[in-house]
Amino acid sequence: MFTALIFYMFAAIAVASGVMVISSRNPVHSVLWLILAFFNAAGLFLLLGAEFLAMVLVVVYVGAVAVLFLFVVMMLDINMVEMKEGFLQYLPTGALIGVVLLVELLAMFGGWAFAPDVEAMVKAPTPTLEQASNTVALGKLIYTNYVYLFQASGLVLLVAMIGTILLTHRKRTGVRKQVIADQVGRSRDSVELKKVQSGRGI
Amino acid sequence: MIQTSDLVPVLPEIFIALAGLALLMLGVFRKEDSTKSVSVLVILAFGAAMVLVSSLGAERLTAFNGLFVADRFAGFAKGLVLVASAIALAMSLPYLEREKIGRFEYPVLVLFATLGMMMMISANDFIALYLGLELQSLSLYVLAAYNRDNAKATEAGLKYFVLGSLASGLLLYGISLLYGFAGTTSFEGLANLFAGGHEHPVKPNMGVIAGLVFVLAGLSFKVSAVPFHMWAPDVYEGAPTPVTSFFAVAPKIAALCLLTRVMTGPFADLVEQWRQVVTFIAIGSMFVGAFAAVVQTNIKRLMAYSSIGHVGFVLVGIAAGSTLGIQGVLIYLAIYLFMNVGVFAVVLSMRQKGRLVEGIDDLAGLSKTHPMMAFVMAVLMFSMAGVPPLAGFWGKFYVFMAAVEAGQFTLAIIGLLSSVVSAYYYLRIIKVMYFDEPVEAFDKPVGASMSLVMAVSTIVILAFTLIPAPLVTSAKAAAQVLFPAAG
Amino acid sequence: MEAWLLEYLPILIFLGIAIVISAICVGASWIVARQKPDTEKATAYECGFDAFGDARSKFEVRFYLVAILFIIFDLEVAFLFPWAVTLGKIGMFGFWSMMVFLGVLTIGFIYEWRKGALEWE
Repeated sequence: MFTALIFYMFAAIAVASGVMVISSRNPVHSVLWLILAFFNAAGLFLLLGAEFLAMVLVVVYVGAVAVLFLFVVMMLDINMVEMKEGFLQYLPTGALIGVVLLVELLAMFGGWAFAPDVEAMVKAPTPTLEQASNTVALGKLIYTNYVYLFQASGLVLLVAMIGTILLTHRKRTGVRKQVIADQVGRSRDSVELKKVQSGRGI
Repeated sequence: MIQTSDLVPVLPEIFIALAGLALLMLGVFRKEDSTKSVSVLVILAFGAAMVLVSSLGAERLTAFNGLFVADRFAGFAKGLVLVASAIALAMSLPYLEREKIGRFEYPVLVLFATLGMMMMISANDFIALYLGLELQSLSLYVLAAYNRDNAKATEAGLKYFVLGSLASGLLLYGISLLYGFAGTTSFEGLANLFAGGHEHPVKPNMGVIAGLVFVLAGLSFKVSAVPFHMWAPDVYEGAPTPVTSFFAVAPKIAALCLLTRVMTGPFADLVEQWRQVVTFIAIGSMFVGAFAAVVQTNIKRLMAYSSIGHVGFVLVGIAAGSTLGIQGVLIYLAIYLFMNVGVFAVVLSMRQKGRLVEGIDDLAGLSKTHPMMAFVMAVLMFSMAGVPPLAGFWGKFYVFMAAVEAGQFTLAIIGLLSSVVSAYYYLRIIKVMYFDEPVEAFDKPVGASMSLVMAVSTIVILAFTLIPAPLVTSAKAAAQVLFPAAG
Repeated sequence: MEAWLLEYLPILIFLGIAIVISAICVGASWIVARQKPDTEKATAYECGFDAFGDARSKFEVRFYLVAILFIIFDLEVAFLFPWAVTLGKIGMFGFWSMMVFLGVLTIGFIYEWRKGALEWE
């Protein structure tokens, strides 16, 4: 009962902040609403027993993706009022596509069936939470059975890194940089102390 | 658990990955510009990987609990992809030097894209498929926008990225539906399930069909088949020309081979369900490829539509769903590879006073100014149009034969018709080259690597009719692997 | 309610307290403080002029570069959690597979460093 109550709280806030994401006037506010939606989605994951996913959602999405969104939004300096000009014009088409998708989804899940031996087909069934926590269950598989996929995702991350730097990094010319090694390596005699007599100068 | 023997079938991929890491370090630690040396080393690495691929032999090997498969089909496809990537990279070098946009990341990204393609070809599980596809696509997005100070290239990269991500989303959604139904993403597991290897016969329900269609849609985007082709002309036109030549060949071959494996592997017994979809996509691609290309004035856009058309013809072979069909697919892809690199070698040589031109009209009177280049282009255009003694004809011949054998008469007839239409614009180029007055001669000299690529592709196209055996037999052997039941 | 879910109850309670306290802070200053806004007080002050334009201006692309590099390493860290928890169970193989993964990303890191992408200048 209590769990159900918490579920409805998280779900309602998630949906409401989702609506706010697309309807708020200031794009920065949209991103903040998105963060709220992420938090509530993490709560929903938690209720499902997917602890690891919930934590990753907070660490990666709230911690990093939302920040990236914020930077991108600020970098582009979008004028929301201008952007929303065509909103009403496209609304009927958009709504129609949404309704069609919804009907299709309903039809699909209405006729849903599982394969007869679906339990036997699952290669690595999820252990119950009494046996092992989510994180442990994942850890047992990722680094051994699925090492190929693990290393492949490492390579994908590497390519992402190369791509970002290639496309956005520029060598700036005419920048005066502090060279710490030179400063530290300065010898004692590079500064000379001289006694200056008053009224004479050097 | 994973054993050391698991590493054997993956050796070419591991080698390529290590080479990529080493070359990245080499490039970043060298003080002077190392584009050229890194490119040469990447091409050498492709050569070495080819040796490794061919040394794996004919046996079907799986690795990592069946996530990865190396068989004859994979070997053949990887060979094509490696050749295509190596040629495309060799053709890029003079361009990068001339335009002064050479950076050592370019060859490294080509290498990682090729690694992704090899992983796609050898995927034996939907998750492995997805990761290979992402590795390839991510590298390609960056390559499309490589010339970042050019508005068109940036637009091409962005368009490709946004639409590509959408396609990846569709693909993943389809995979999740299939997983929801079957509880597995492995190709063998799904194939067994649909083959009715279990006690109760499995009737494919709505969810499975929807999943299948989503997977097909995602993959058709990657091969730029109609109705998911809209990105292709813009990206081909906007991306730097050597990148376009790479796009037109290697990723297409890899994605089509992947599509072939997915359709004949896990979905082999759903052939009645997917055949109608593939047939529709094939017809659409052939028609759009034929009709939309007629009005193009930019040679890169024309090549985009031409490649859409060729994808349609290849899909005819897949729709046949038989050994003969897949054999046709592989032969077609091999011939397509050589035709396309040849044409792009000509396109990359289209320079007037050091500036690259892309208009079809710029080819006017090429026969008088550059007779050899005009001859090469004419041979390639005749071959693309499918004029009999040339290789292009045989590619079409094999896929149409397979379609007829599988009882797909309508598909074969529509294919023939669109082939006739597309002949119009190929022949128009020949007319422009031979019968129009020359406007302005292209710069000389063309460059050693371009001349070499043109010569090799022309010789292959001409020689295939005389000695077809090596390609045809190896394609047949590769195709038979996918149909173990047929023997 | 399941036992494992109860472990998260303190977080929920904490969340509730945080919401209440922040509501009090904002609400109390809203209610208690005297507020008499007029046009002069409410408009943006810009050296005596009327404000020229939006207060927000375009950020540089360098912020974005830093943010995306952060995401990549953040994802890498996400892979470290399950590994750390199961290190005793997955043996040497698991240990070395993570080392290879980290090696690949270390190469990426060296690349970044050499390229000067981590420097602000």
